[in-house]
Amino acid sequence: MSKVQQVSGSGIPLFLDDIDTDRIIPARYLRCVTFDGIGQYAFEDDRKQDPNHPFDDAKFKAGSILVSGRNFGCGSSREHAPQSLMRWGVKAVVAESFAEIFFGNCTSLGIPCVTLPRAELAKLCEQIKSNPPKLLTVDLVAQVVSTGNESIPSQMPESARSALTSGNWDFLAQLLDNKDAIRATAGKLPYLNGFKS
Amino acid sequence: MSDTRNLFNKVWDLHTVGTLPSGQTQLFIGQHLIHEVTSPQAFEMLRDRKLKVMFPERTLATVDHIIPTDNQARPFLDVLAEEMMSAIEKNCREFGVTLLNIDDKRQGIVHVVGPEQGLTQPGITLACGDSHTSTHGAFGCIAFGIGTSQVAHVLATQTLAMNRPKVRRIEVNGTLGTGVYAKDVVLYIIQKLGVEGGVGYAYEFAGDVFDRMSMEERMTVCNMSIEGGARCGYINPDQTTVDYLRGRPLSPTGAAFDAAAKWWLSLASAPGAQYDDVVKYNAADIEPTVTWGINPGQSVGVSEKLPTVASFPARDQVGVREALDFMELKEGQPIAGLKIDVAFIGSCTNSRISDLREAASIVKGHKVSSAVRALVVPGSQLVREQAEKEGLNKIFEEAGFEWREAGCSMCLAMNPDKLKGREVCASSSNRNFKGRQGSPTGRTLLMSPAMVAAAAIRGAVTDVRQFKA
Ligand code: SF4
Repeated sequence: MSKVQQVSGSGIPLFLDDIDTDRIIPARYLRCVTFDGIGQYAFEDDRKQDPNHPFDDAKFKAGSILVSGRNFGCGSSREHAPQSLMRWGVKAVVAESFAEIFFGNCTSLGIPCVTLPRAELAKLCEQIKSNPPKLLTVDLVAQVVSTGNESIPSQMPESARSALTSGNWDFLAQLLDNKDAIRATAGKLPYLNGFKS
Repeated sequence: MSDTRNLFNKVWDLHTVGTLPSGQTQLFIGQHLIHEVTSPQAFEMLRDRKLKVMFPERTLATVDHIIPTDNQARPFLDVLAEEMMSAIEKNCREFGVTLLNIDDKRQGIVHVVGPEQGLTQPGITLACGDSHTSTHGAFGCIAFGIGTSQVAHVLATQTLAMNRPKVRRIEVNGTLGTGVYAKDVVLYIIQKLGVEGGVGYAYEFAGDVFDRMSMEERMTVCNMSIEGGARCGYINPDQTTVDYLRGRPLSPTGAAFDAAAKWWLSLASAPGAQYDDVVKYNAADIEPTVTWGINPGQSVGVSEKLPTVASFPARDQVGVREALDFMELKEGQPIAGLKIDVAFIGSCTNSRISDLREAASIVKGHKVSSAVRALVVPGSQLVREQAEKEGLNKIFEEAGFEWREAGCSMCLAMNPDKLKGREVCASSSNRNFKGRQGSPTGRTLLMSPAMVAAAAIRGAVTDVRQFKA
């Protein structure tokens, strides 16, 4: 897999808390057997109700770094959520915190999710809005989000960061490497062995 | 030396295959459950890489999310739903996985079916491409909701790459009042700890209240761990757990059952076990609880008023205003008396036989308000059959509820059951997110099935204790 070390692009400001996966991709768009084509439905219901939604705003149309608030991606485990963001064009998400399943799903897709303090996020969103397109770089090596004028220290759990930066985010290949150890573990589980002691 | 590990860590250690280059644990998953929505792309990933399912006998498939609960004749009217049905049928055939399809009496919501069949057992690790997999933790196992790529990981390797969470013990002691149910307990906990309070944690629910709960009540609590942000939730196995599992189709039998029971009980966190955090609540402080907002943490006791915006920390106030605006509610208004348009009893949180019995006991002898559309959707075909044996369907139908086939139905509205426009729904499900029940502008009030029954009759949010006097 390719190394994900720096991701650059213009910002999309969506500074709200508890954005759940039902909002990112409404359930009716889960009626599909492939992820192709679901990008266009990202935030569809929110966009319909809010004519000023940043995803529909021409100023942010080319954006690829989504900036949000606390507990981003909470709710359902649907990988359709990061898949739809990815297919919309989102390459990285910067927020105050992330729900865990969403975070893990993003890592599996090579999408970095980094956190910044709330005050920095507020400032960042203001800068993006007042000066679009605002170019941002999410730098996983230096562990900063840079805005051109400054570099704000960002955080990311080390296991995900090292997986992305080293190009080792194809977890399936790594898991497959240990087939013997997998069978050995299965061999010592009481419930796979008739509960014989 | 006694083992000071809590149950979570004992089970985790037992299932650890090794450490991955990223530092994550490769964790063996003893049982895998799949359904039609999050599995098709996972099977495609296997095909792309020419992989097989490593332990096909450790995966069980059912259909629940997209199936209609009224007319189930095939092909489904919804061509996309039909396509998903065909995909899971083909995938299960091709990869050697057992499928409980709609023509199988054991079919139902994945988190109702696993326990009912005796497949969910203490001490196992279980995963499913569905966040409410936390339900299964009621049995004292580790149960994770996972994404589609991870479904592929489990299919191909029976393992996951995971970080070990911390463990928080949540004790609720004392006695619950009349009309206060497992649903109220978990809504109360989420209100106190917040919807992201559990991030980084597994929740262990302990204390008098959970000790006394039936397995079905425990499932309701663990089901909503995920709504509190926790990676999973569990309750230590005890005699109640053992009794529930005895005689289930997939439970061990004979001497193996006795050996299993002994092992199960030995896994429980012993007194003196270590935790990363402990919180305690009093059962007497918990009322029948109702959500007023757009996340499951935004709730109040039914006799209370909505909180004021100013009562929240500054960083929460924008979200609270957004919720009040969306719900068209005002701070400080009472929750009781709020008009509803739809009443939904169902979902993997509250669609088991005990839920239906409790709701029926409230409904009996009453009529659903003429302003309300009401439906009861059993969690599985076996629940439906049992309810019919007990005549519960008659009670519901005579009162004016629709009596449906098993499925997820209006919990998430990927099927024909949906809210329309701005409808307000009293719902026994688990999520009140914007748009969750199928109308982008529809509104959801989460509550216990008994409270939904009371609201259906009065046409408004009502304290169920008025029916209990
Ligand atoms: S009932 Fe609702 S929460 Fe449960 S599995 Fe179905 S859609 Fe998910």
